[in-house]
Amino acid sequence: MSAPPGTVTAPAAATTAGAVRLAHRRPLRIGRVSLLLRPRGLAVTVTGLALLLLLTALHLRLGDIPMSLSEVVAAVLGGGTGGARLVIMELRLPRALTGALVGAALGVSGAITQAIARNPLAGPDILGVTSGASLAVVAATVAGGAAYGGAGGVLAAIGIPAAALAGGLAGALLVYGLAWRRGLDGYRLVLVGVGVVAVFTNLKYWLLTVGDVNDATRAMVWISGSLNARGMEHVVPTALALAMVLPATLLGTRTLAVLRLGDDTVRGLGVRIDLARGSLLLCAVLLASAATAAAGPIAFVALAAPQIALRLAGVAQPPLVVSAVAGAVLVTGADLAARTLTPVELPVGIVTAVLGAPYLIYLLVRTRRARGAI
Amino acid sequence: MRLQAVDVKLGYGDRLIVDGLDLGIETGTVTTIIGPNGCGKSTLLRALGRLLKPLSGHVLLDGRHIHRMPSREVAKILGVLPQAPAAPEGLTVADLVARGRHPHQAWYRQWSAGDEAAVEDALRMTGLLDLAERPLDELSGGQRQRAWISMALAQGTDLLLLDEPTTFLDLAHQIDVLQLVSRLRDEAGRTVVMVLHDLNLAARHSDRLIAMRDGRVVAAGTPHEVMTEPVLDEVFDLEAKVIPDPVTATPLVVPIAIRPRPTETSTPR
Amino acid sequence: MTAAAIERRPLRHLRARRLTILSALAVAVMVAVVLSLMVGARPVPPADVWQALWSPSGSEPDLIVRDLRVPRTALGVLAGLALGVAGALMQGHTRNPLADPGLLGVTQGAAFAMVLSIVVLRLSSVYGYIWFGLAGALIASAAVFALGLAGGRGAPTPVTLALAGTAVSAFLYALTSTVVLLDQQAMDMFRFWQAGSIAGRDSAVAGQVLPFVAVGLALALANAPGLNALALGEDVARALGRNIALTRFLGIAAITLLTGAAVAACGSLAFIGLIVPHLARALAGPDHRWLLPYSGLAGAALLPAADVAGRVVAHPGELEAGVVLALLGAPFFVALVRRTRSPRL
Repeated sequence: MSAPPGTVTAPAAATTAGAVRLAHRRPLRIGRVSLLLRPRGLAVTVTGLALLLLLTALHLRLGDIPMSLSEVVAAVLGGGTGGARLVIMELRLPRALTGALVGAALGVSGAITQAIARNPLAGPDILGVTSGASLAVVAATVAGGAAYGGAGGVLAAIGIPAAALAGGLAGALLVYGLAWRRGLDGYRLVLVGVGVVAVFTNLKYWLLTVGDVNDATRAMVWISGSLNARGMEHVVPTALALAMVLPATLLGTRTLAVLRLGDDTVRGLGVRIDLARGSLLLCAVLLASAATAAAGPIAFVALAAPQIALRLAGVAQPPLVVSAVAGAVLVTGADLAARTLTPVELPVGIVTAVLGAPYLIYLLVRTRRARGAI
Repeated sequence: MRLQAVDVKLGYGDRLIVDGLDLGIETGTVTTIIGPNGCGKSTLLRALGRLLKPLSGHVLLDGRHIHRMPSREVAKILGVLPQAPAAPEGLTVADLVARGRHPHQAWYRQWSAGDEAAVEDALRMTGLLDLAERPLDELSGGQRQRAWISMALAQGTDLLLLDEPTTFLDLAHQIDVLQLVSRLRDEAGRTVVMVLHDLNLAARHSDRLIAMRDGRVVAAGTPHEVMTEPVLDEVFDLEAKVIPDPVTATPLVVPIAIRPRPTETSTPR
Repeated sequence: MTAAAIERRPLRHLRARRLTILSALAVAVMVAVVLSLMVGARPVPPADVWQALWSPSGSEPDLIVRDLRVPRTALGVLAGLALGVAGALMQGHTRNPLADPGLLGVTQGAAFAMVLSIVVLRLSSVYGYIWFGLAGALIASAAVFALGLAGGRGAPTPVTLALAGTAVSAFLYALTSTVVLLDQQAMDMFRFWQAGSIAGRDSAVAGQVLPFVAVGLALALANAPGLNALALGEDVARALGRNIALTRFLGIAAITLLTGAAVAACGSLAFIGLIVPHLARALAGPDHRWLLPYSGLAGAALLPAADVAGRVVAHPGELEAGVVLALLGAPFFVALVRRTRSPRL
């Protein structure tokens, strides 16, 4: 009785070459496996990765002790002088890697949050991650006070990231728990996030006024987001988090694309909406928490990278891979600028905004010009 | 009968809209629900499409409780086009229609030849193939509505629930969509349930009509059985003359006047 | 009874209900003001407050009331009113529940200008930099609007404006952070400004911001009908005879004046403007002609009330009003959001 899907004939049935008309969807098919490639997204990704490689190379070469590319390559491969190896392997490479990983994590996290909240202003900060982490770290710094100055090494290396991770996850849990009410609603999630973030942020401001101004400045550096003195102990956890969460996120790409439609349409397409939203948000929270624990709440990346990515890729909602690349390029470029261009080394989170904001504005204006309005 | 509602109570929160309703949808037919605004037709359609969980009673799909089946499995059998669906700014027609293939895809099967053929067929059936790359927000209301219908078609389901599929369409495109619905039934044996406001088109293009008022079924059956002067009076407070359609001999409603209603009923969404 | 009479009655009921709520909010403002004059490290009984206001004798309670409590109360009412109205306008224009009145770069513009003036001019008085704050707020907001206009025809859409505002805010915040990280004196001032407080300002401050708030309120009320039309979509608004560009410009001018004045004087309290309109919307529904006054009065009651609470909980010290607002207001806000049928934008 029932025919298999796709067998209804059109009045003028003749299967012409549809690939011409659906030009932006290039399938890659091997047997039953098929992957979907979008030429423009692919081109943007490849260009972005090339740019990332270039920036990283510059990152490794430039600094107090400039090195040639061959010296850098030799040091990375285990050769070169002991001094060069130390500078590259202990200082510059871990820092560059942390930056790229953190940027990628924040980009993906922002893309997920914006798609689920259906709001371009949403980011993992709305989920309580960044403000929770910041509050925890400021509290630790101010309460630690003298102890932080004295036994700084241990606290800074383990205590601060641990506090950030705990604070971020606790913040997200609180937002999620308060927003849940017979299911999850994007609008309610965002508003509850606003409320919780307000509490955290103002507590943070208050703690900054309570402590000593030196502690306040030190905390301010951390809450601006910094890649200074990041070592392999920061690279490894961030890389592990990305390695575990990113594949799961990419599996959800198609679901994320569908979630952007209205709730009834999403259900009609057979998506278990609360489960899908919940697990994707969990991915966003884990990525943002890992990034924040490693480098502090680097501002603006999670918000700007997805918006930059969707405009470059020419699609309607933030693409995950391009967002990751955009985030990595943004943070790496900003850190390079922070290290080499300014007389005093600034926290990278400050530079991401200085570089990223004008670029986002440029894209906004250009898109508006191209389409008459956006 | 593949789709059935058994003693369903429907509502939003503590507002009861449909209180105890039994319904069976004949397989391979086109069934249209008619009734005044706010009579619960969309609510009923949402329940049949498992978008709304009944407060009590149940909806059966192929004899199984639809709300206990995996949602993805349902999505391969039954497609739903909600009323006034929302899409992100800048989404192209092809992207939207391709999303209808979601239940058939997996991470290792993102864009099979079958997906491509189904999307293409769906676009061709609604005459949108040449607009495939255009952003949805640049289309006219009618084109946009057809894009959404394409998405439901691309899902390739045996059962199709359409909530006011002809809104925003001019008369020619309304006929076009309804002929498409007839073709789906005739050529592929699909079952369609829809909500329509135009009584004459409903009578002409449906095998069965369900007339609702205030959350209950007033009359159900063939157009000849349902589209009668007493039923129109009871359902719409409409004084009308019903004559045979000169072309198809289906009932044709010629409205005369509205009987004033004693009280204004509240209007659920 | 005629049909017209039947139809009109619910409307009259609604109007009566709305006026009742409006009076209740006005009473709440009065209560907050009276409490703000009485409560503190040194409580002053009502009779003494009355005497201090109308026939001062120079006694200690008189000095406390006239020199300390009247200025901060006046400032609290003004800033709360300004931020409440500005917040409702901002959410109406952007149709985004996340939009706070500082979104157009106002807060960060004010912060950057003030921090810069402290570093460059070595100002030490709180009052000197208010003008710089106001100027910074106006410039930042004008820049955002100009960027929104750039490249397109006609008025910028809310999404463009919101994103441009967020980008400019992030940019300015980064510059401010740079300055305060390099200059400890600026950091010391900035962290207190950032916490948001209405304490320790003399009576001149309220006088300085008053004209800006007054003009801003007038523009805001003039903007309400246009905003109601815009809420139905730009096409409907145009069909109703509204000039979209003018409506948007009026709204942005009002937001800038109100928010600029409030944050320059009191610090970053812009998030009152984020929360209060959601409370007001629960009471007023979506009609901006009622929403704006509700929101303004709620802000005017809430800010002094939070200030009073800050004096009580940290007795004999004080907690900044901004902190108290977040601690008390935000949980209330979350509870409101969790209610099933809170109205949406």
